[in-house]
Amino acid sequence: MQITGAEAVMRTLEALGVDTVFGYPGGAILPAYDPLIDAEFTHVLVRHEQGAIHMAEGYAHATGKVGVCIVTSGPAATNLVTGLADANMDSIPVLAITGQVATTAIGSDAFQEADVTGITMPITKHNELVHHPERIAGAIKEAYYVARSGRPGPVLVDLPKDILNATFEWEWDDAIDLPGYRPTVRGHGKMIREALDLIAGAERPVIYAGGGLVRAGAAEELYRFATRLGLPVVTTLMARGVFPDTHELAVGMPGMHGHYAAVRALQEADLLVTLGARFDDRVTGKLDAFAPLAKVLQVDVDPAEIGKNRDVDVPIVGDLKVVLDQLNGVLDDKADEHDRFVPDAADWRAHLADMKRDHPLRCEQPDTGVLKPQTAIRAIHETWGDDAVYVSGVGQHQMWAAQIIPYTRGGQWINSGGLGTMGFAVPAAIGAKVGVGPDVPVVAIDGDGCFQMTFQEIASAVQHEIPVVFCVINNGYLGMVRQWQHLFYEDRLSQVALPQDLPDLLKLAEAYGIPGFRVNTVDELDTVLSKARAITDQPVLVDLRVDPEEMVFPMVPSGASNDELLESAEDWHARVAALKS
Amino acid sequence: MQHGRHTLSVLVENKPGVLARIAGMFARRGYNIESLAVGPTDDERVSRLTIVVGAEAVQLEQIIKQLNKLVHVLKIVELDVDASVDRELQLVKVTADAQTRSQIMEIAQVFRAKIVDVDHDAVTIEASGNPDKLAAMLGLLEPYGIREMVRSGTIALSRGTRSITDGSKLRMQRVV
Repeated sequence: MQITGAEAVMRTLEALGVDTVFGYPGGAILPAYDPLIDAEFTHVLVRHEQGAIHMAEGYAHATGKVGVCIVTSGPAATNLVTGLADANMDSIPVLAITGQVATTAIGSDAFQEADVTGITMPITKHNELVHHPERIAGAIKEAYYVARSGRPGPVLVDLPKDILNATFEWEWDDAIDLPGYRPTVRGHGKMIREALDLIAGAERPVIYAGGGLVRAGAAEELYRFATRLGLPVVTTLMARGVFPDTHELAVGMPGMHGHYAAVRALQEADLLVTLGARFDDRVTGKLDAFAPLAKVLQVDVDPAEIGKNRDVDVPIVGDLKVVLDQLNGVLDDKADEHDRFVPDAADWRAHLADMKRDHPLRCEQPDTGVLKPQTAIRAIHETWGDDAVYVSGVGQHQMWAAQIIPYTRGGQWINSGGLGTMGFAVPAAIGAKVGVGPDVPVVAIDGDGCFQMTFQEIASAVQHEIPVVFCVINNGYLGMVRQWQHLFYEDRLSQVALPQDLPDLLKLAEAYGIPGFRVNTVDELDTVLSKARAITDQPVLVDLRVDPEEMVFPMVPSGASNDELLESAEDWHARVAALKS
Repeated sequence: MQHGRHTLSVLVENKPGVLARIAGMFARRGYNIESLAVGPTDDERVSRLTIVVGAEAVQLEQIIKQLNKLVHVLKIVELDVDASVDRELQLVKVTADAQTRSQIMEIAQVFRAKIVDVDHDAVTIEASGNPDKLAAMLGLLEPYGIREMVRSGTIALSRGTRSITDGSKLRMQRVV
């Protein structure tokens, strides 16, 4: 049967089971937007291509499925760059389809031409410029497979306009021709046994749980493994919720703004059971002072992560869900020798419990009426509850939301970790909401700086009736930058003020035709949030006016050892005073 | 062979942009390519790269792992210095008049190099060998005046009967 290349794109996406595509039409991709009218999937029209890819990311975060976006050539494709880099850093499965100028015009500096496969080569897992219509189905299905398998990531397929317009004989099969791509799935049997021996002999073991566990959908396997061996768990920024914060083995989040007990747990541990984590500098602080007493067991689906930043004693390459199944399988098979595998770590667990109790997050709500951002975020969680998905931007609000909300499942916390992309929250929350459906509330906890980078996507949410709650933690500053300038540049504030009324978020809500609410003082907080909570059939915008000068603690100063964790501003000032005297 | 110098044989799918992917990976991760040679193999779908890198053990491991992550890379083998043959090709244009021409030709002969072009004032020599040998020949030719020279990247094969393609057939996968 003869069809066009554009029709082949639609058929391939349908065959792959894609239910939603986020996109924006334009010149070179025009041929695809005609058969799209009759396609079986939904298309969400965005307001900026960056919105399309962050929505695809949010969808992928929330569902574990591949998020798909489609845009035209040139400037549209270059507008995807930030999102591709973001997905690449956080291993988010995304398929980006871009239009390209006709093959006859490629290289001629044609209108809206950009070398998109060249530009995105370092920030995608893979990409392909398609040269023949017969290759369209192969390129897209391979891209889809590469995006979601192994260590997930973004894959881009670039489709020239003449290829989309060409007609050819359509044939579909599900074969994939990728001789150079065979991710390791099962862990090596010998290493599995060595891993269990290493754990059994530890006195101060801790599971260093990373985002790879969320990507692998391995929360259940992790839970079984950690609880039967009594292993304390720290969950990184990308892994919040993959082990429930409410469990007694949960120690919290490690890293620059992590919980005291979690940071100390890694520093004092004699074994790091590293699962899908990558020894990122925001977790390790000064690398050679990180977890100085610990041996390292590391499981990762990406062999290049093993030993990249830290030497490893027992490496296991494999899919985390499968490897944890293997580990649990050995424990099942040898249930009669169970005690042999369980480390003697009761004292260690007690010590961690003491630290958790003695070093809670310090955020006191004064009775002056001024709303502390931490209080606001705590109330947001109390209002929308444990079922909701929380999505953040990047900065202080992100750290507070990561620290304060007790997460209980993977995919419940969505943020931009590795790249630190301001403006992520609004579109990612919209994509997440599309993914989780009507029954699960999706709440964006955004900063006033981040929000202004991408709030145009509220229009997409309104037009497509995607009821997301947008909470802006409005402190009138680029808060994290202000915090660094305050602490490290003698409070010389440089270009960080964003007036709280600019724009007036209530008028902005009105302009978009959605309900808007404002919280000025702590007394209004609960009432206003419950009003916002009552609205579930359309997007809502909540402007929370918070203390402009609040800082995020604990904090490990940049480049310092994790042993130098500061628990409060008072700690910092004491340190500065000590240095001066 | 100097310390930290490693020769990698890399089989890649013969696809557009594959060289850019490899070169880009080296550049963005701060790895150093000392020499690079690319050419076809007996299978038209496959090209073979010989990459000489300057790296210590830990970095070399990362280089190999990062190369392996490229979808078009099929196989990577590090060649053992003592169990492989490596060659470069060199063309040198040397100033030569009636008096010096015969001396230059004698030097070429010693290094089993060939004279591939002769003009009134110059001769062009083609030599192949390992980098040390080519450097030694160049040292002897230098006093006569080197007008121009070009040298290829290293190509290399392991000694013995084993081949890089043993046990690695291109094959189709089914969708999982």
